[in-house]
Amino acid sequence: MTYLDHAATTPMRPEALAAYAAASAAAGNASSLHASGRRARRVVEESRETVAAVLGARPSEVVFTGGGTESDNIAVKGLYWRRNAEDPGRRRVLVSAVEHLAVLDAGHWLAAEQGARLERLAVDATGRVRPETLRAALATDPGSVALVSVMWANNEVGTLTEIGELAAIAHAAGVPLHTDAVQAVGCVPVSFAVSGVDAMTVSGHKVGGPYGVGALLLRRGLDLTPLTHGGGQERDVRSGSLDGPGIAAFAAALSAAVREQPTEAERLAGLRDDLVRRVLAAVPDAVLNGAPAGPGRLPGNAHFSFPGCEGDSLLMLLDARGIECSTGSACSAGVAQPSHVLLAMGADTEAARGSLRFSLGYSSTALDVEELVDVIAGVTERARRAGQLATASG
Amino acid sequence: MTGEATTGTAVTGKTGLRVLAAMSGGVDSAVAAARAVDAGHDVTGVHLALSRSPDSSRTGARGCCTLEDARDARRAADVLDIPFYVWDLAERFEADVIDDFVAAYAAGQTPNPCVRCNERIKFAAVLDRALALGFDAVVTGHHARVSADGVLRRSVDPAKDQSYVLGTLPTSRLARAIFPLGDSTKTQVRQEAAARGLGVADKPDSHDICFVADGDTAGWLRRRLGSAPGPVVDGATGEAIGDHDGTFGFTVGQRRGLGLQVPAADGRPRYVLEISPVTATVTVGPAEALDIDALVAERTVWPYDGPRPCLAQVRAHARPVPACAEAVGDELRVRLDEPVRGVAAGQSVVLYEGDRVLGGGHITRTVSRAAA
Repeated sequence: MTYLDHAATTPMRPEALAAYAAASAAAGNASSLHASGRRARRVVEESRETVAAVLGARPSEVVFTGGGTESDNIAVKGLYWRRNAEDPGRRRVLVSAVEHLAVLDAGHWLAAEQGARLERLAVDATGRVRPETLRAALATDPGSVALVSVMWANNEVGTLTEIGELAAIAHAAGVPLHTDAVQAVGCVPVSFAVSGVDAMTVSGHKVGGPYGVGALLLRRGLDLTPLTHGGGQERDVRSGSLDGPGIAAFAAALSAAVREQPTEAERLAGLRDDLVRRVLAAVPDAVLNGAPAGPGRLPGNAHFSFPGCEGDSLLMLLDARGIECSTGSACSAGVAQPSHVLLAMGADTEAARGSLRFSLGYSSTALDVEELVDVIAGVTERARRAGQLATASG
Repeated sequence: MTGEATTGTAVTGKTGLRVLAAMSGGVDSAVAAARAVDAGHDVTGVHLALSRSPDSSRTGARGCCTLEDARDARRAADVLDIPFYVWDLAERFEADVIDDFVAAYAAGQTPNPCVRCNERIKFAAVLDRALALGFDAVVTGHHARVSADGVLRRSVDPAKDQSYVLGTLPTSRLARAIFPLGDSTKTQVRQEAAARGLGVADKPDSHDICFVADGDTAGWLRRRLGSAPGPVVDGATGEAIGDHDGTFGFTVGQRRGLGLQVPAADGRPRYVLEISPVTATVTVGPAEALDIDALVAERTVWPYDGPRPCLAQVRAHARPVPACAEAVGDELRVRLDEPVRGVAAGQSVVLYEGDRVLGGGHITRTVSRAAA
C-alpha cells in the first residue's frame, strides 16, 4: 500500500497511542474536585502547556475542541456574533476564496441566516491572498468588518500565506484575524505569538494524534460568543467534559510533529521534489498547481492537473494499483465537485476536475514515490481514453 | 484486464474478470455484486449519481438518486469488501434521459425512461467508460438472463422480469453485461441479502420514475413544459366535450382523470385514443377503438430477414401476444395476431420466442383495427 494522502489524515504516532492508553486507564473527570478529577485535570493542563509551548502561545490561549471543523466554526461564528453584538454595523466577513469548507460554509451560513455579508478575498494563480488584496478590502469602511479568516496553508495545493503580514494589516484596520492552520502545523514553523493572529485552528489527526480532538488558539482578551452552552469549560468558549485521553494524545503527537518539523520538512521536500520532477517527466503535459517548490509551499504537497483526465478516474485506477491519494476537493454523496480552490486560482472546470493531490507525511519513504512513478504514465493514459470518450459522446 | 480486445464476446459464464458492479443502493444490485464476487470476479462497485441536486432523503423520494441510496450502496460495498466509487452522470442523465422524456411527452408520446437509461447511460456511458478504464463487463441487478451465447432471456421470476427494459439493447452491449439475478426470484434475492448481512435486504422496491420524486408525473411535466390548454374531443362526433391544460397529462389508453363534462351517449367509459400536441387536442372514444392490429417501430434491434413469428410485448408487464415481425428498411413492422389495446407511441415493443428476446424497437405509430 502506497499512502500518499497525509493531508487527509496521517497515522497515529506511537507517542500518541501511548499517551492515550495511559490517560484512559484511569477514571476521572477533569472538572471533578476529588483526587481522580485532579489527576485527570493534571493530564489536561500539562497537555495544554505542551500545546502552548510548541505553538508559541500561552496556556490560557489554548481552547481544546472537537477538531478542526469545530474550531473553525467557533472562531468564525463566535467572532461574528460577538463583534456584531458590540456594534451592529459590523456585518462583513472577509474570507479567502480558497478556505476549507469549515470556514467557507460557516460564512455562507452567517450570510444566509444571520445577516452577515460574506466577501471572498481573491487569490493569485498560486492560491495566495496577496497583502494588497486584504488591504484594499479593508480600505473601504473597515468599521463594518466583523472578522477576517485566511488559512495559513491551503489543504489542496499547499500554498502558504504570509499570515503575519495579513494579521498586521487586519489589526491596522482594527479587525481580528482567524487562521486555519490545520495543514501548516507540523509541516512548517508555526508560532501563534510571532504570527500575531487572533485565533488559530489546529487539528489532532493531521499531526498524528486522534480524531475528534483539536484546539482553537485564542488571543487573551479576545472574547467570542460560544456555540455550545453548558458547564463553562475552556474559558466558557467550549462547554463539555474534556476528553483527557484524546487531549493527552493530541499534545504528544503535536509535540513530536513540531520537534521533528525542521528535519522532516527537509526530508519531505526532497521526496516531493523528486516526485514532482519524475511525474512531470512521465506525463509531460501534467501541470503542477500552486506555488513552486520552496518557501511558498508545504514541503509534502504535490498537486497536479492531468489534462484530459477526470480526477475520479485517476483516483480509481491508482487505488486499484494500491496507491492512495485524493482529488483534494470536497464530496457530496461521494460526487467529486470541481475544486473551488482551483477555480478560484483561475483554472477552468476541466482542469479543476482532472487534478490529484499527493501529500507526504512522517511515514512516507522514497519507495512511495517509486510506486507512484512506476504507474502514473499508464494510469493517465487510460484515464485520458475514458475522458475522451466522455467528451466525444457527451 | 482484457480491455477492448474481446468486444463482442459474451462474458457470461466466464470467471476472473474485472467487472464494474452498478450499485443503486437497492437490494437487487447489492446481491448481484455479491454474486459477482462469489463467481470469482474482481469486482468494483459504482453508484451512479443521476440527480443534479441529490438532497432528497427517503421520504417521498423514489428510485435510486437519493443520498440515502448512495450511502446504502457504499455500505453494501463495504460489507462485500470491494472498492466503491460514485460516478457523477447527472449531466448525461439530464441530457439523454430527462430531456428526451420531456421532448417525447411534448410530442404526444409516452416514453419509458428506464429503457432510455439502459440504452444511453448504464449500457452506454457507464459501459464505455468501464471498458476504457480496463474493465471487462458491467454487472447489474436486472432480473433477466444473458446466456453464454449473448442471448437475452426472461428472468425465472415472471413478476419481476426486466427483459422488456433491456430488449432494445444491441447484442454487442449485452455481451458485456452480467445479470447474476436472472435465475432467482425476488424472494430468493431478499433472503440471500439477509443471509449475507446486507442491510438493504428489506428495503422497499423502487417504483415509478426515479427523477419524479413525488410520483406526480403530470405535475412535474407541467412545471417543465408549462400549461398548454386545449379541448378533449369525442372521436366519433368531433364534438369538444371537455378541456385540459396540457396534452402531456395524457397517455393513449388512459381512462381516469379525463375531466369530461358531457357523458357518452351510450353511457360507456371513454378512453384516450389520440394525442395531438400541435393542435393541443386529446381525442377520446370507446374501448374498442383502442384496439390495434399492427405497429411500426424504429431504432430497432432485429437481425432477421423476412417475416418471423414471435410474441410481442408492448409495455412493461403487458401480456405478450402472438405476432409476426419483419424489418422493412429502417423500420420494424409488427402484425399482431390478436388485437392489443392501448399501445402508446414512445414505448418499446420487445419480441420474444418463448422466454428468449429476439429483438425490439421503439414504437412510432400503430394501426388501429378500425382503420385496418
